[in-house]
Amino acid sequence: MEFAELIKTPRVDNVVLHRPFMPTVEGTLCLTGHHLILSSRQDSTEELWLLHSNIDSIEKRFMGSLGTIIVKCKDLRIIQLDIPGMEECLNIASSIEALSTLDSVSLMYPFFYRPMFEVIEDGWNTFLPEHAFKQIETLTDEWRLSSVNKDFTVCPSYPPLVAVPKFIDDDTLRKVATFRHAGRFPVLSYYHKKNGMVMMRAGQPLTGTNGRRCKEDEKLINATLRAGKRGYIIDTRTINVAQQAKARGGGFEQEAHYPQWRRIHKAIERFGILQESLIKLVEACNDQSHNMDRWLSKLEASNWLTHVKEILTTACLAAQCIDREGASVLVHGTEGTDSTLQVTALAQIILDPGCRTIRGFQSLVEREWLQAGHQFQQRCAQSAFSNSKPRWEAPVFLLFLDCVWQILRQFPCSFQFNEHFLVLLFEHAYASQFGTFLGNNANERVKLKLPQKTVSLWSWVNRPQVEERFLNPLFEANSLVIWPSVAPQSLLLWEGVFLRWNRSSKCLDEAYEEMVHIIEYNKELQSKVNALRRQLAQLETEDGLLQTP
Amino acid sequence: MDYIRTPKVEQVKLLDRFSNKFTSGTLYLTATHLLFIEASDNNAQEIWILHHHIASVEKLSLTTSGCPLLIQCRNFRVVQFVVPRERDCHDVYSSLLRLLRPVSFNHLYAFSYNPKQKEQQREEGWQLIDLASEFERMGVPCDHWQLTDANRGYKICETYPQDLYVPISASKPIIVGSSKFRSKGRFPVLSYFYQEKKAAVCRCSQPLSGFSARCLEDEHMLQAISKTNPNSRFMYVMDTRPKLNALANRAAGKGYENEDNYSNIRFQFVGIENIHVMRASLQKLLEVLGSRALSVTDYLLGLESSGWLRHVKAVLDAAMVLTKAVTVEGASVLVHCSDGWDRTAQVCSLGALLMDPYYRTLKGFMVLIEKDWISFGHKFADRCDQLDGDPKEVSPVFTQFLECVWQLTEQFPQAFQYNEWFLIQIHEHVHSCQYGNFLGNCQREREELQLKEKTHSLWPALLDDQSHYLNPFYCPGYAETHPVLEPSTLPFHFKLWRNLYHQFDRTMHPRQSVLNTVLALREKSQELESTARALQAKLQQLDFSSLPGDGNSIPRESDPLARPQSLILDAPLSRKEEQEEGEEAGERRGQGGLPGSGGERTVEGSSSSENGYSELQQPFAKQEPQLVSLELGVAKMTC
Repeated sequence: MEFAELIKTPRVDNVVLHRPFMPTVEGTLCLTGHHLILSSRQDSTEELWLLHSNIDSIEKRFMGSLGTIIVKCKDLRIIQLDIPGMEECLNIASSIEALSTLDSVSLMYPFFYRPMFEVIEDGWNTFLPEHAFKQIETLTDEWRLSSVNKDFTVCPSYPPLVAVPKFIDDDTLRKVATFRHAGRFPVLSYYHKKNGMVMMRAGQPLTGTNGRRCKEDEKLINATLRAGKRGYIIDTRTINVAQQAKARGGGFEQEAHYPQWRRIHKAIERFGILQESLIKLVEACNDQSHNMDRWLSKLEASNWLTHVKEILTTACLAAQCIDREGASVLVHGTEGTDSTLQVTALAQIILDPGCRTIRGFQSLVEREWLQAGHQFQQRCAQSAFSNSKPRWEAPVFLLFLDCVWQILRQFPCSFQFNEHFLVLLFEHAYASQFGTFLGNNANERVKLKLPQKTVSLWSWVNRPQVEERFLNPLFEANSLVIWPSVAPQSLLLWEGVFLRWNRSSKCLDEAYEEMVHIIEYNKELQSKVNALRRQLAQLETEDGLLQTP
Repeated sequence: MDYIRTPKVEQVKLLDRFSNKFTSGTLYLTATHLLFIEASDNNAQEIWILHHHIASVEKLSLTTSGCPLLIQCRNFRVVQFVVPRERDCHDVYSSLLRLLRPVSFNHLYAFSYNPKQKEQQREEGWQLIDLASEFERMGVPCDHWQLTDANRGYKICETYPQDLYVPISASKPIIVGSSKFRSKGRFPVLSYFYQEKKAAVCRCSQPLSGFSARCLEDEHMLQAISKTNPNSRFMYVMDTRPKLNALANRAAGKGYENEDNYSNIRFQFVGIENIHVMRASLQKLLEVLGSRALSVTDYLLGLESSGWLRHVKAVLDAAMVLTKAVTVEGASVLVHCSDGWDRTAQVCSLGALLMDPYYRTLKGFMVLIEKDWISFGHKFADRCDQLDGDPKEVSPVFTQFLECVWQLTEQFPQAFQYNEWFLIQIHEHVHSCQYGNFLGNCQREREELQLKEKTHSLWPALLDDQSHYLNPFYCPGYAETHPVLEPSTLPFHFKLWRNLYHQFDRTMHPRQSVLNTVLALREKSQELESTARALQAKLQQLDFSSLPGDGNSIPRESDPLARPQSLILDAPLSRKEEQEEGEEAGERRGQGGLPGSGGERTVEGSSSSENGYSELQQPFAKQEPQLVSLELGVAKMTC
C-alpha cells in the first residue's frame, strides 16, 4: 500500500498551531506517511513533528470556512490546528485518521526510520537472556537456562531461553506448560543474592472446576524451596476472582497439593478496569472548572492512585517475603503478563540496587516486560482519548512506571536515572521511531525481524550525550533495600505525565537546572581542591628534598 | 511546682500511630515539658513535648497492658502512651490538665525561657524589625500618605497599633468619625503601598451600616483613599466574606458598603469562610489523616469533604484578585471582613507577598508577619488558645496563611529565600509561647504584658539558625524578572502539606530529601571554597615561582567557577546533618517478622509501610529545644 493514497491533501499553508503554554505558530502544514509537520519556515520558531502513531483521536470544528482540528495525542498532549478552507480541513482530518490507525505493524514508522546517529552499541543485543543469566550463574548453580521454548511452541509468549530449576528437565517443563495458562510455566524472575531466595512468575494453574492437579508443576516449584522452608504464592487477584476463574478452566493452587506454599491473594485490577481508570484520570486533569471539590472527587473516582497503591503494596509484599522472611515467592495472576509483571518488576526495584541504575532499569524492562511477553502492541494501541471502545488497551506499563516514579520521589538519591527517563519510556511505549516496543512478545518480534529492520530504543538512549539527559544528578549508589511508603498521603499524582501539558513547568525546570548547577559546582570544587592538594604535596616533597643536604 | 505529682514513670510504652509497633521508655514531667526517653542503649529516641503545644489529653479506657494516654498537639503531633499503672497515668493526666491551660499570661513559657543571652542582645533582638522603616521602604510617608497620631494611647482603636498611616487629606474628625462607623473602631488604614502605581492596599473592619445607616466621615475617608491614587478613578472595596454572611450581619447593625453612598467605589465579595468553618475544616482533615489503614478513596474523599484545600484556594484566589487590581489595574483596594483581623490579614499579607519580592526573603517575611498579623491585631492569644479561653475563638487562620505561602513556594521554587522548614518553625513557635512575639491579642495587650522587657523575640533566633531555613534554589535575580508572582490556582496545584500535618509521622515522608541533600552540598561547597583559598595561600607562600604553568588554576574571586550568585549564604552552616543510610539500624528496630498464620496480610499491617527502615535524615526543623535540655535536663527535674 502506498501512503500517498491515504494523503488527500499533503500541504496546507497558513495553518495556525495552538499549543498549551506556548506561543501560537503560523506556518505550513505537511502530511507525510508517518508525520504531521508544521513549519513556520522561520529558523527561530520550533517546528512541530508529530508521529501519526502518537495521535489518539481528532475532533473537527468549523467556524465559517475556518476549520479547526483538535489533535489529542497518546502522550496526553492536546494541540489545535486552525486550517483555512473547509475542504482542506476535512481532507487533512480524514488523512490523519487513516494514517494514525494503520493496522499493519510493518507499516509503522520504525520500519522506515533511519537513524541520524551512528549505532555504537546495538540495543537489540545488549540485554539478551543469556547475558542476564550469566550473572545469576556466578551466584548459584541451582538454575539452568532451558531452550525448551526455542521455537516458541511450548509457550508462545515466552522467549526462547528461560531460567528454570536445574533438576527439572525439559519434558517436565512441557508437561507443566500444559497445566499453566497459555503455557506460561513457572520461570525464574529474580534471584536475591543476599539470601539465595528467588521470585518466580507464571500463568494461573489450570485447575478448573474439578481441581485438576499436576505433579510436575508441584515438583517444579517445590524444587526451588530449601529443606523445611515454606514459600509464598502471591496471586494478584482477589480470592473471589480466582474462584471465578475456575469456571473458565483457570484457578489457583490448592493448599492440599501445595502444602509447602502459603497462598496470598491481592487485588490488582484487570486491564480493562485500568484503561477506564486512565480515561477518567485524564479527563479529571483536563477539567478546567477551577473547582476544588470537583477535582478531588474526580481524582478519587478515577481510582488511579488506588491502583498505584495496590500494585506497590503487592510488590512490597513480594519483596518482604523474600528479603525479610527469607522465603521464595511465585507470583501470578491470570495470564501472567500484566499484574504479575508489575509486581515482579517493582519488587526488583525495591530489592536490587542494580535495577536502579539506568542500564539496570533497561535490562529490567527488557527482561520483565518485553521478554516476559507483555503485549505492548495491544496494550498501548490506544491511550486515554480514543473514541473507539477499548479492546485490549490498558495502561499496565504506565502504571508500573508511575509506581517507579513514586519510589523515585521517596528515594530521590537512590536512582541513577531521572523522571525524564520514565516519561521517555511512557512515550515510546505508545509511539516511537524505534522498534523496541513493537509486537506483543519475543515470538512476534522475531517474526517481524525487528532486530534486523528497526533500531532499538536502547541504541539511542545509551549514547553518552543522550544518556546524560536522563541521569539523576543526585544519584549516590545505595546498596540497600528501599521500602517505599504506600500510605495515601505518601502517594502523589504523577504531574510529569498527567499534568505535563496542563501547567507551565518553566519554574520547576529552572529550579532543576539550578540544582544541577549546584551539584556540578560542588564536583568541580572538589576536584580543584584535590588538584591543589596534590600540587602542595608535590611542592612540599620537593622542598624537603632541597633542604636535605 | 506542686502541679506535678509524679515526675517520672518507667516502663511506659509509646505506641506507633499507624501500626501495632511500640517502643518502651521512661516518661518525665517537668515544669515546661513532657518527655519520653526510649529505653535503649544507643540512639535512644527522645520526644520533647512542650506543655503549651498540647491541645488535648485524653485518658482512654484501661487495657490489659495498662492505661492509655492520648495526647494531641497543636503542631500536629499525636502520641499515645500506655502507662502500666492506672494511678501513675491519672497523676500525669491531671498534672497535664493543669499545666496545659495556664490562666494567666505570666505562666507562659516565654516568661521563664532563658537562652543565656545578655540583656543587651535580648533588647537588640526586639529592634530587629522596625515597622516605621518598613513603611519608609514602601515609600510612605509621601505626598499622599502620612503617619497619624490619632491612635496614640490607643484612643480610638484598642486593637490597632499606635502608628497608623492614612491619606494626608483625612483629617482627625474624619478618622474619628470613620472609626465610630466601623466594627471595633477599626477604620481604614494603609497596609501596603504599591509604589510603582501609587496604589494602596488598605484594611479595616465592616461598616456599621445595618440596613440603611451611613456615615459621611467614613464616605470621606474612602474618598480620601481613592484620591491618593492618581492612576485610577475608582477604588475597589473587597469584602472577603461570603455574601450571605455579610447580609446576615446587617441584621446586627453591621454589614457592608452600599455602592450608592460611596462615590467611585467598586464593591465585591470574595467568599472566604469564617473562623468556625475553618476550625471545623482542619479538624475534619486531621481526623482523616489520623485514620489507620486509610484507603486512597477515603483519603481523597476525606480531603474533599474536609474542604480544607478548597478554603486554602479561596484565600489565595482572593489574594490574586487583590494583586491583579493593584498591579494590573493600578487601583487601590480596601480589604475588610467582619472585624478585619482574620481574613483581612490573610488577604492583605498574601497580596503583599505576591506583589513585593521583599516579603519572599527571610527578613521580609518576618516584617510581613509583624505588620499584617501582629501589629494589626490578629488575635493570636485567642486563635491559638494560649490561655484557657473560649474554644469557639480558636481557629487555624494563621496556619492557613502559612499553608498558602507553602503552596506558593511549591509553584515558584526559586522565588523564596526561605524553605518550608522556616514556615513550619514559625508555626511551631506561634503555638509554643516560647517567644514574646505572638503572645496576646493586640499591641496594647503586649505593651501591658511588657513583652519587650520580659521575653525574647523569635526573629533573631530564627536568623541565627538561618542556614537551615534557606532555600538552596533561591535566585535573587528572580525578584527582578518576576516582581509580581502570578500563581495558577487551578485545583490540581494544591497539595496536602504533608511536612506540616504529618510532621512527626516519619514513615510517611520520603526517606531521602532533595532539600537536605542540596543544602548539605552547598555547605560542602563553602567549605571547599575556603579550603581552596587556604591551599592557594599556602602554595603561594611555599614557592610562588616554582609553580609551573600547569592547568590547575586556583579558584579566585574572578574565577568563572565562583558562581553561586544565587544565594546569600553568608552565615556559616553550623550543623552537619546526618546522612547515614541505616538499614541495619532500621531492621533492628522494626521487624518482628511476618506473622506466622493467617493467609491475608497487608503491607500496612505488618511492616513494609512502617517498615522500620530508619529514617535517613532527620528534618532539622524538628530539633528539640537544646537549651531547655541543657538547662533543666533530666537531672534538674522539678519535683
